[in-house]
Amino acid sequence: MRNAFADELLKLAREDSRVVILSGDIGNRLFDKFKAEFPDRFYNCGVAEANLISMSAGLASCGLRPIAYTITPFITTRCLEQIKVDVCYHEMPVLIVGTGSGLSYASLGSTHHSFEDLAIMRVLPGMAVLAPADSGELRSCMRAALRQNGPVYIRIGKKGEPVIFPEPPPFEIGKWNIMEPGERVTLLACGTLLPIALEAAAMLRFSEVNPQVARCASVKPLDADFLLKAAAESDLLVTLEEHSLAGGFGSAVAELLLDADLPHPPRLFRAGIPDHFLHDCGEQDHARTLCGLDARSIANRILKLLAK
Amino acid sequence: MSDPAELDLVSRQVRFSLIEISNRAQTAHLAGALSCVDLLVALYWTRLRITPGTVTDPARDRLIFSKGHAISALYTVLAKRGFFPEENLARYNEEGAGLPEQPSPGCVPGVEWATGSLGHGLGVGIGMALASRIQATPYRTYVVMSDGECQEGSVWEAAMLAPKLGLGSLTILVDFNKWQATGRSTEIMQMEPLAAKWQSFGWCAREVDGHDLPAIVNALHAETPPDQPLAIIANTIKGRGVSFIQDDNNWHYRSPSAEEVVKARQELLSHA
Repeated sequence: MRNAFADELLKLAREDSRVVILSGDIGNRLFDKFKAEFPDRFYNCGVAEANLISMSAGLASCGLRPIAYTITPFITTRCLEQIKVDVCYHEMPVLIVGTGSGLSYASLGSTHHSFEDLAIMRVLPGMAVLAPADSGELRSCMRAALRQNGPVYIRIGKKGEPVIFPEPPPFEIGKWNIMEPGERVTLLACGTLLPIALEAAAMLRFSEVNPQVARCASVKPLDADFLLKAAAESDLLVTLEEHSLAGGFGSAVAELLLDADLPHPPRLFRAGIPDHFLHDCGEQDHARTLCGLDARSIANRILKLLAK
Repeated sequence: MSDPAELDLVSRQVRFSLIEISNRAQTAHLAGALSCVDLLVALYWTRLRITPGTVTDPARDRLIFSKGHAISALYTVLAKRGFFPEENLARYNEEGAGLPEQPSPGCVPGVEWATGSLGHGLGVGIGMALASRIQATPYRTYVVMSDGECQEGSVWEAAMLAPKLGLGSLTILVDFNKWQATGRSTEIMQMEPLAAKWQSFGWCAREVDGHDLPAIVNALHAETPPDQPLAIIANTIKGRGVSFIQDDNNWHYRSPSAEEVVKARQELLSHA
């Protein structure tokens, strides 16, 4: 996803002279082409994220479209107050992009894990929160973000994510899309867990359960129409996210369902990361398995719930 | 206008306004507002290219008032320069009056940025100064900061980047009044040598007496290297101008009584 990000940025910069990149000393060689073509629109702001965000807000206030980019924990929680005050309070169109989100940097330990970013970003008024599934959808999200006239946060992975969309798919902020039709069960996949959702769905079909699968890159705003229709049509809703169960995508879905005061609400199974730090080292797949976020675990949980 | 006697009179009038509105609103932070009055008067009467008619002009000079707790000083100066009716000052901190105790975005014309949490203004100012270069729109960016604010780490992140970017259009004014909320700033943290800190970070640093209006005006107009940001460290007195307020840190939170307003009026305006 990082390479697609850099490639799409170059295209966007060619189309829109307001695009400026601020990097927190990351992306060694990733932006070489960009720097060569637009030397006055790329700034390495050093290991100093608070200033990077305030600076982005200042640039945006003068009509530019800054893109603030570094590793997710450092561009979200470390500089949270700058995002709240300078970006969101002032309604500045800054695009904040965190790389290595969720468990992408599993092997680097908890300092580099980010499973609180969706929760923290979505609580900020005016902030749109997007979690694309792969490189293709990331490109769509970036374009949608630049059409937005306010702050946007995009969480992305690192590299080598499975390709689902060889071409950028249709995407609108606040809209979800059906990947596979089905009945009784709806899998709502947030971000890079979409391939896991598709794999779990394939497993379930061997057990004569044919779930509907949706891609839900728009975490804030949610697609309320889609969700309420799915709630009416399904016995079981399942949310999947590489994020804490506290406050993230599944929580947002649960809040909306509760507030809708449905006469016959569906059951809800939220798949996510439990409330503890991960201490074991290992790669992303290993970490996902520890958290029950592999396709086999999710399919088994769904079968157990349906058998109740 | 840069006649020293006239500027001095303006400063006294601004100070008395501050005393009045602090008495009426019973708000804190009077003393930190009084300490930066001369800096603001020098800026708004002799340096800034911004008028009530150009508050949204892309080529206007920018001033970020980063010590948002003392915003009553900026409100008063803006009112006296015609950015909004001076009589509105009487409604400072009243509900619905648009003059909150700490500024909100766009609360009144001329307030460029909402501040109140310290350590944000300089980073935002760097963004504005850099935008001036990227967009080839020549304007200058000024950031007024407090000394206590210089304890925030984000200030030094910004301090390290601005010279690297060669932002010669950026000027900061540090209101070095030597006090913060609960004590002497120079005793709570190792503030000194403050000007040398900025110098060593790559800034063109100048120390001035922050109540000597001609000296402040000179510092604001002096030639500096074109690719170096300027740090004016203004040695000031918290509560300056009123004998029973100045250098007494109880006035970080206190506001004056009616009798104290009368006394302050005598001190500030009787021989005017």
